Amino acid sequence: MPNKVPITVAVNGRSHSAEVEPRTLLVHFLRETLNLTGTKIGCDTSQCGACVVKMNGVTVKSCTAFAVQADGAEVTTIEGLADGGNLTAVQEAFWNNHGLQCGYCTAGMIMTVTEIIERNPNPSAEEVRAGLEGNMCRCTGYNNIVRAALAAAAAGQGG
Amino acid sequence: MFAADFEYRKAGSIAEAVQLLSDNPGAKILAGGHSLIPLMRFRLARPEVVIDIGGIANMKGISVSGDTINIGALTTHAEIASSADVQRANGLLAEAAGGIGDPAVRNRGTIGGNLAHADPASDWATVLTALGATVSAQGPAGSRTIAVADLIEDAFATVLGENELITTVSVPALAANQRAEYAKMAHPASFYAVVGGAVVVTMDGDRCTAASVAVGGLTPRPVKAPAVEQALSGTTLTMDSIADATARLGDDLSAAGVDIIGDVFASADFRSNIAPVEVKHALLHAIGLAHH
Repeated sequence: MPNKVPITVAVNGRSHSAEVEPRTLLVHFLRETLNLTGTKIGCDTSQCGACVVKMNGVTVKSCTAFAVQADGAEVTTIEGLADGGNLTAVQEAFWNNHGLQCGYCTAGMIMTVTEIIERNPNPSAEEVRAGLEGNMCRCTGYNNIVRAALAAAAAGQGG
Repeated sequence: MFAADFEYRKAGSIAEAVQLLSDNPGAKILAGGHSLIPLMRFRLARPEVVIDIGGIANMKGISVSGDTINIGALTTHAEIASSADVQRANGLLAEAAGGIGDPAVRNRGTIGGNLAHADPASDWATVLTALGATVSAQGPAGSRTIAVADLIEDAFATVLGENELITTVSVPALAANQRAEYAKMAHPASFYAVVGGAVVVTMDGDRCTAASVAVGGLTPRPVKAPAVEQALSGTTLTMDSIADATARLGDDLSAAGVDIIGDVFASADFRSNIAPVEVKHALLHAIGLAHH
């Protein structure tokens, strides 16, 4: 029997208790134990940003955290942003500005853009690009993503 | 990619972490995990026991006392970059912290973990060597102070004992007549420093009265550059005098007796040629002859 550790993590406002192998990554816990598959695994080496979630209020790459490190933490995934059918300003802006093509990077992009606007409600395009340094998109060429971020900021709310 | 199976232990205090290290030879310390977790997933590290120190509250935070900035080892790069105290006392620290990795990496990665990992590409190792920073390391016999310049022995190897851990990083504040800068050539995908040069110059008007210079990224450990420092000291800093001084970096690298790193991205020859350029850029920024 592999050794297991009990953890309790509040994900999207709901408390989840589980026993996990210590080597389980946070992204695997979210996707495979909680079935929250909106968070993606891309490069697997903390470079691409497809797996970005919020933990205790800041963005983290969930492929580079063990689930045991999230014990007692509050985690928000892409599934936790919209209030029912009401998208957040960032989500609306990605939709309206076609800030995606294949969609694989989108969850991580939206989590990161949400934090960019929380920290700086009126970012310049340059500041948005700097903030997206750790999020890769292989389809859009980033222009529509930057437009979406600026539109969300102009809409006056990050979350 | 999964790490090999390991036993997870959570330390509630520094003393408990030291005890767990003593009880479990070969155990690894887990802080923010941004160095250790990738190593474990590639199975370059397979510790049987991992000791999580992430919950030790008194290893986090920044305080300025007199001319010294004390940074808890668990303080993240993002916290250092955004600290008003750090920005005021030593702008280079905040700038270097804000240039590491990307925002999400800076939210998790810690200054103590970065130093203990001793990656040759560490920005912190180079910058803190130039700044004359020290670390406090706690072991079973108590705490000792180690200069960052002496901490790193070789690539991924420090002088820390098996049962010692870094608890605090202490950095001198910059005096009003001191300027400090760091310039690096970063790998475009990983943002790791291919070559980095950090400088601290003490100025009397246009004249440099003392200089501290370190380079990293191209060497297994950060290397101080006494020949460059000597050439700068007592000199009026101009484009020409800076170029003359940085041309001596080759002598310092030879004297240090270290191998120059080369890889598919940048050969050893290329890095050796870029190193004086980065030091020159840092110096030009420091005296306002160039801008970021």
